[in-house]
Amino acid sequence: MIALRVNGTEHTVDADPDMPLLWVVRDLIGLTGTKYGCGEALCGACVVHLDGEAVRACVTPISKAAGRSVTTIEGLSKDGNHPLQKAWVELGVPQCGYCQSGQIMSAAALLAKKPKPTNAEIDTSLAGNICRCGTYTRIRAAVRVAAGLPKEE
Amino acid sequence: MADPEARSKALFMEAAKVLTHPRCVNCHPHDDQPRQRDRAEAHNPPVVRGPDNHGVPALACGSCHQDRNLDHARVPGAPDWHLAPIEMAWLGRTPAAICAQIKDPKRNGGKTLAQIADHTAHDKLVGWGWNPGADRQPAPGSQERFGALVAAWIETGAACPAEEKPQ
Repeated sequence: MIALRVNGTEHTVDADPDMPLLWVVRDLIGLTGTKYGCGEALCGACVVHLDGEAVRACVTPISKAAGRSVTTIEGLSKDGNHPLQKAWVELGVPQCGYCQSGQIMSAAALLAKKPKPTNAEIDTSLAGNICRCGTYTRIRAAVRVAAGLPKEE
Repeated sequence: MADPEARSKALFMEAAKVLTHPRCVNCHPHDDQPRQRDRAEAHNPPVVRGPDNHGVPALACGSCHQDRNLDHARVPGAPDWHLAPIEMAWLGRTPAAICAQIKDPKRNGGKTLAQIADHTAHDKLVGWGWNPGADRQPAPGSQERFGALVAAWIETGAACPAEEKPQ
């Protein structure tokens, strides 16, 4: 049995220590906002926070999360009022939406360390989050709006 | 080989088969982007070095790389996965240039030669080069033999080979 805290709630799960955190969160705990994209840490759809740091849940063994705090998109805010979530709605960022929880979780990890990022910092921090709809320019604008910056640099 | 200096140079050239191997130079780049595979391909995803050689917020090396290789995802891993500092860049450089760097405390992380010998023989991230996982070709030999080569190179005077002449 492995104990971890997810979005502030204590969970004890019966899982192989090598089971990826993604499947613990989705299949054992039932939080399906975190998406499976590639399973090889290449796309960013599964990004969650582990003790505040962005990690790719598809390659994070659950043993690494034991005794630690995980935040998923469902736990980013209580009622969708995180500045990024509000900016995402304001600018209508998503198209199909599949990658967006990973995009937002990566952006949240960036803003936690760089509250006023430059375009270059946004681009390098989100470079590993792929959007097949190509919403990149809206993503960048929304990160800027969430940071209290003008939409364009 | 009777001449100690010639022996020392020869020992370094043998060690350079490891130092210039893709498993080693891919994370010793002269720019801000790690390489991968056997032909110094750009790392995918397009990650960058960051201020402490461990990546940038939301895309740190440890976001994906664990302390061990992952079989199911093929992601390589070892403790404290990160890039070598840029002053320790080896990618595209000759054994003579790498030798000069390794002996220069300003370009070797402030290490003494004894610390270099210890680092090569025991560092776990260095050791990954012989245990790269998946279908990656390991560095030649073993970490133990590499450490012994570097130790012997130091014991014989740590002489550097001559720079290669331009073609």
